[in-house]
Amino acid sequence: MRKFLLAAALTLLSSASYAADIEAGKYQGVLGDCRGCHGKDLGGGVALMTPFGKLVTPNITSDKDTGIGNYSAEDFRQAMKAGIAPGGKLLYPAMPYPSYARMPDADIAALWDYLKTVKPVKNAVEVNQLHFPFNLRFMMRGWNVLFFKPTPYADTAGKGAAWNRGAYLVNGPGHCAACHTPKNFFGADKGTALTGASLQGWYAPDLTGDKQAGLGTWSANDIVEYLGTGRNDHSIASGPMAEAVENSTAQMTASDLNAIAVYLKDMPASRGNGGGATGVEAQLRAGRSLYDINCAACHGRDGKGNVLFPALAGNANVRQVRADTVVRMVLAGGQAVATPKAPTGPGMPSLGWKLSDSQAADILTYVRNNWGNLAPAVSAETVGRIRSELHSGS
Amino acid sequence: MARMLPKKDVVIMGLGWTGSVLGEQLTAAGLNVVAIERGPWRDTATDFNVGYMQDELRYAIRKDLFLSPSIEAMTMRNSLAQTALPMRDYGSFLPGHGVGGAGVHWNGHTWRFWESDFQIKTHLTQRYGAAKLKNLQLQDWGPTWSEIEPSFDKFEYLCGVSGKAGNLKGQTQPGGNPFESARSREYPNPPMRMPYASTLFGEKMKEMGYHPFPLPSSNMSQSYVNSLGVRMGECSYCGFCERFACGNYSKASAQTTILPVLVRRPNFELRTECEVLKVNLTPDGKMARSVTYIDQNGVEFEQPGDLVILCGYALMNVRMMLLSKIGPQYDPMSGKGTVGRNYCYQTSAGARLLFEDKHFNPFIGAGSLGMTIDDFNGDAFDHSKLDFVGGAGISCTVTNGRPISNRPTAPGTPRWGAKWKQATKDGYQNAMGFGSEGSSYPVRENYLDLDPTYRDRHGRPLLRITFDFPDNDVAMSHYISDQLEKMTKPFNAKYSGVSRLKKGWDSVPYQTTHNTGGAIMGLDPSTSALNKYLQSWDVPNVFVIGASAFAHNAGMNPTGTVGALAYWAAEAITTKYIHAPGALVHA
Repeated sequence: MRKFLLAAALTLLSSASYAADIEAGKYQGVLGDCRGCHGKDLGGGVALMTPFGKLVTPNITSDKDTGIGNYSAEDFRQAMKAGIAPGGKLLYPAMPYPSYARMPDADIAALWDYLKTVKPVKNAVEVNQLHFPFNLRFMMRGWNVLFFKPTPYADTAGKGAAWNRGAYLVNGPGHCAACHTPKNFFGADKGTALTGASLQGWYAPDLTGDKQAGLGTWSANDIVEYLGTGRNDHSIASGPMAEAVENSTAQMTASDLNAIAVYLKDMPASRGNGGGATGVEAQLRAGRSLYDINCAACHGRDGKGNVLFPALAGNANVRQVRADTVVRMVLAGGQAVATPKAPTGPGMPSLGWKLSDSQAADILTYVRNNWGNLAPAVSAETVGRIRSELHSGS
Repeated sequence: MARMLPKKDVVIMGLGWTGSVLGEQLTAAGLNVVAIERGPWRDTATDFNVGYMQDELRYAIRKDLFLSPSIEAMTMRNSLAQTALPMRDYGSFLPGHGVGGAGVHWNGHTWRFWESDFQIKTHLTQRYGAAKLKNLQLQDWGPTWSEIEPSFDKFEYLCGVSGKAGNLKGQTQPGGNPFESARSREYPNPPMRMPYASTLFGEKMKEMGYHPFPLPSSNMSQSYVNSLGVRMGECSYCGFCERFACGNYSKASAQTTILPVLVRRPNFELRTECEVLKVNLTPDGKMARSVTYIDQNGVEFEQPGDLVILCGYALMNVRMMLLSKIGPQYDPMSGKGTVGRNYCYQTSAGARLLFEDKHFNPFIGAGSLGMTIDDFNGDAFDHSKLDFVGGAGISCTVTNGRPISNRPTAPGTPRWGAKWKQATKDGYQNAMGFGSEGSSYPVRENYLDLDPTYRDRHGRPLLRITFDFPDNDVAMSHYISDQLEKMTKPFNAKYSGVSRLKKGWDSVPYQTTHNTGGAIMGLDPSTSALNKYLQSWDVPNVFVIGASAFAHNAGMNPTGTVGALAYWAAEAITTKYIHAPGALVHA
């Protein structure tokens, strides 16, 4: 009897520690934002529009036929850290293995244990829908030689534990650079990390300390609130960042969010957005009147917004070098993220049907150069280009 | 043959104000809830786009958001001797349609009925003697004030009501309504900023010795984070509230206060464009088993549930009970039966004033923006020498200056042509008015039942409304019109006129969407369909939420009390019923 009890206790103990591993692995999935690309059920099928064509994300559930149920732990580690799937198939770097390469093997193993517990989904995905010649996977060998420098994360001496944890999260599993760092001709990161980049019809903003385009006017608490809830007094997440908040940052621990804030607040300012518009008095005059009619009811004539609607004064999204995000918001509208701590998820209605290209350009030039905002003018041609991209569904 | 679905803990019919409150409260308590809604999904940015929401022709004139009679019509008559005919269009009242219900297009007046309303029979009998109530079917509602007050508080903090308390825990507060019943705390938001007409009204009423106060409003005087963490924006006073949805997240509705939280709960499911056909009872008729509904493709489903909660508009709740045989039909001849009893409406009158040299700027408006006096409401004044009971709140609100309907002119102005154009131009900045929102007390012959002749698109009998303004209410309204007459004097307007209620309720011109009663709450199962927790006396796993439960209608808008009753019933379900399912009150 006693033996039996002991055995039962041991079983309990080991299942408890197994459960803890699963939870730890699940949290690695949160940090890595797997669901952002592979879907809520991890069954894949999410189309990523890249400059080289369309990639559809694979099924990473443990389904043996259509998922990765036949992977070994080592196969998974190779895919995550070297970008190589079983059989030597090279992954495209839309899968951020250059970032995941910084993750310790133990965390990858925990994530693998977690993935094995996720309900298998039968969903066959044709991943590679890129244009020729980018559809030839062997080309990635050259890309890897040129741009892939797998290095495990190492602490920077002289920086505190929070800074180092933040640097690891931002550059490792969080793969912030995938969206926020400009890409070169080959789609690889350029040296200027996190200074903002275009993707999928949005502009992922500058995260450096620049006071106009970056987060220079945000406090560390502002960053924590934004990532944890999806909103703060300066901005509210929508578009791809809404997904990142919902699937990833809103589920991070307070200390990890704080670490990210400490690291980002220490980033030196970028070269900025090119400065305010000049010689656009007519645009500003027209923009003011159109703004008061179309925008002020929610965002306020002073551009300060309120607890629900984001301020436009001091809003970094408004002040990026490229206006893609705000043009898109005006034309097509958008839905902000809803999180347990900020459940409202307000929507911006589409105004593209009532504003001409030049009217939208005038409003945005006014908004980008008022209340302390200083950013380049928006032209009717830019609005027209984005309008046609929205119409073509890209 | 309906397709059978897996059972849920709770099946809710209708996702308007009450369905949303019940859904939120019951999912928070861990129950699995499905809401079945006849109309479409509607949300602010996608359906109430600020870019076109101010389309008066589409929304106010062509009634885009309202229930169409092709979906559900009703028949009406003024007396038992008449044959009811179907209303071919909704006019006198405009039920809502779709998610959010009538709470999408309401104005936002958010009143609390008074303690003397909940105990109306006891109160009036004690003060004036039973003979005073002679032909009226007034009866007590059930809950005491201390029981129901916290539910009012919950609804007000959900909605972010803008107002000024007049009675805080028994202490009269300057600037508030001295006649209101004691409230446990101040309103969540300060009063709205008053436009000129309302300010002027307040000044004149004060000079006359009355007690003006800002009308409690579910339009946001400032931006607000509500009790569920949902955020609302400050009202822009655009003047497109009633008949419109708010595009600015500034008017409390299910969409702006509850649904962001509710629709993300994993134990909540919503099926839109699905119409409940009936509630199915067990063979002995004592328990509800399921509801049958039909989806937009005409496919019938049967949804079983442990608890069925009717959260449709008041009139629809009553009809659903009659179609499903939940409780006995009220018979006005014998006075027996409960379902359909005490149908009431609202008894209104108004004063119109025209000046020559004002700038009222009526385009600065909001649905619930104005000053009120309650000196002639309910039992705030002595009725012992009067030939009626009841009364009316009198308010000067500035709701809109919209171009199609807001064209005030003096009597005798031609209806078209150059003179009419000049008169509407002169009148626009120079007109103001104030109106009474009068009580409507139940009489034996005003009631609801199923029409013997006319049927809906599914072959079910239509609801029949038998209603006329009772003598008591006409006397009350004439007395109020006399007061309105006196109140116009100090304004020294160039023209003033006061309307007077006539017998013979007409279903065509718009009056008010405040239909109440028919499935009333009470203490006696022979005179009420529901017990004091809004639970059917006859089928105890059915709760019926809404103004259908009002045992009479008071001289104020019903929504605040509807919201309070929703929280009150939800509390009874989560704290009492789920622990011991069955009748909560034993008759």
